[in-house]
Amino acid sequence: MDLILVAEQALNGLQFGLMLFLLAAGLTLVFGIMDLINLAHGSLYMVGAYLTAAALAAGAPFLAAVLAAIAGTALLGMALEVALLRRLYQRDHLSQVLATFALILMLNEGVRMIWGEQPLMLNTPAALSGPVELLPGLSYPAYRLLIIGVGLAVAVALYLLVTRTRWGMWVRAGASNRAMTSAMGVPADRLFTAVFGIGAALCALAGSLLGPLLAVQVGMGESILILAFVVIVIGGIGSIRGALVGALLVGLVDTGSRTLLPAALRQVASPELASSVGPAVASILIYVLMAAVLFWKPRGLFPARG
Amino acid sequence: MSTPASPARPRRQTLLHHRGLGPWTWAVLALLAALPPLLQVMGLEFYTVVATRVLIFAIAASSLNLILGFGGLVSFGHAAFVGLGAYTVGVLMEAGVASAWIAWPAAMLVSGLAAAVIGAISLRTRGVYFIMITLAFAQMFHYLAVSLKAYGGDDGLPLAARSSLTALPVNLADDASFYWVALGLFALVFAGLQRLVNSPLGWLLQAARENETRVTATGGRVFAVQWSAFIIAGALAGLAGALLANLNGMVSPHLMHWSQSGQLMVMVILGGAGAVWGGPLGALVFLLLEELLSGVTIHWQFALGAILLAVVLFAPRGLAGLFRPRGDAHA
Repeated sequence: MDLILVAEQALNGLQFGLMLFLLAAGLTLVFGIMDLINLAHGSLYMVGAYLTAAALAAGAPFLAAVLAAIAGTALLGMALEVALLRRLYQRDHLSQVLATFALILMLNEGVRMIWGEQPLMLNTPAALSGPVELLPGLSYPAYRLLIIGVGLAVAVALYLLVTRTRWGMWVRAGASNRAMTSAMGVPADRLFTAVFGIGAALCALAGSLLGPLLAVQVGMGESILILAFVVIVIGGIGSIRGALVGALLVGLVDTGSRTLLPAALRQVASPELASSVGPAVASILIYVLMAAVLFWKPRGLFPARG
Repeated sequence: MSTPASPARPRRQTLLHHRGLGPWTWAVLALLAALPPLLQVMGLEFYTVVATRVLIFAIAASSLNLILGFGGLVSFGHAAFVGLGAYTVGVLMEAGVASAWIAWPAAMLVSGLAAAVIGAISLRTRGVYFIMITLAFAQMFHYLAVSLKAYGGDDGLPLAARSSLTALPVNLADDASFYWVALGLFALVFAGLQRLVNSPLGWLLQAARENETRVTATGGRVFAVQWSAFIIAGALAGLAGALLANLNGMVSPHLMHWSQSGQLMVMVILGGAGAVWGGPLGALVFLLLEELLSGVTIHWQFALGAILLAVVLFAPRGLAGLFRPRGDAHA
């Protein structure tokens, strides 16, 4: 098989995996620390993408638009936490599912009321629209490289934040034993709001970076939400390291199997069979991966709770 | 002095007993049966189809409630069993088998078998991991259906006609007749499930939800109980799928989409998880709200979301919880 193609797909997988990590990091912390199943996490990603589109349409430069979207979404996330989600921490998971499902409906409809039904198109910033030649014969879009760079930088920053700061210590303590953490005097309320705000900001970052690659539309949050849940379950709930490993695994497997698997199938089976079975097998593969991980490690790869 | 040796059968007042309608059953059934002619008199025939949809989703939601509410096993893949039942009817119809006597039991069998396999693997896990692994299996079936080009792939498979109930003087092509058949099946399923949750199997299922270790320690075979419930729930969802295929006149992979599983979960939680009335109430309120609100405003989803949110905040045990006296309550 073509090495160039493999390298390109590996980069695509890395890029998608890092974006999944941005979503999964917030989700896994909210889940691990507040014990809240937040189905509306994907909606924050959608809001981030729409805010970016709105800021760009208003004439802001790309960087400013991204920053505005991050700030706006983080504020929305914290407002939701203070006004609503805080009441759900003590409730069972079923109530949380129903409440955050209701939030999805309201956020989707709210976005539809403001920006309409049609998907919005975002353009990649002009300076980054061309390809970059990485190796002889391997050129790769500059914008996707930027996404990879930002994703890696955020992953490192988040790692340092969680492992090297007092705040990060609280977060890890909260994920491992919530009741004990508040008993030791950690300001739970402020910690929870901050975690939620950071999760929302990471969602918005993923939304604005992926916006130019995908269509910005209502419902974009739900499909990626399921993948983010797959990621945190593979990685182990509450674990940032698990989220990173899980996200990269899912990103690579998903992207790789979508392009490489049909190509590989074509060499052993008839083209018609390969073209009909290939995409289905590729879509199924990450769920097989998750089921296999859960079968052998029922608490995920890096369980956060002892 | 009371006699000490009365066996462990819970009295009618205990926490584990779930009352049905009692003497009201026949009155309610008669009222429901009179609905199609009533709607016809009022010139609202269209609502016969809506009512049929409510009954079908009431079956599906009740079956999910058995494992989710009574068993505490939050399955996020229940739509897979609905979809498998629907596809069984569709595929058999394509092969020339239109008889409901064959197709509908076959749908229950296929869904029940799938539930047996999925349950055997998924029941190794608990909590959120159970949620995700059931979702994973449902997604696999969804993508499998998408890849079945012979049966329409992504676009789905239109049915040539509704199933035929030969040997009965019933023509399912008539909407009112189809409604009555759905009503009869719903009544059977509801009565069966109500008996089931009040049976020893049902008690063990609920006891395992409360404290698995204790049930195991007292000799209860938790896995066998939960597995049986999972299979029964799957088979009943298959029946709902068979009916839904007939109502829609087509089957499509969308029936197995995870959002459909989510919608069934929302119906159960809205109605009341672990209450025999939870499934039917949730299906009725959810589908009626959808129907009515979408007639009023194009932004009906916003209103639906606000109403669901209000239910979470103000009716923590679901709508069915509002009708049960405190103390008797069991969420």
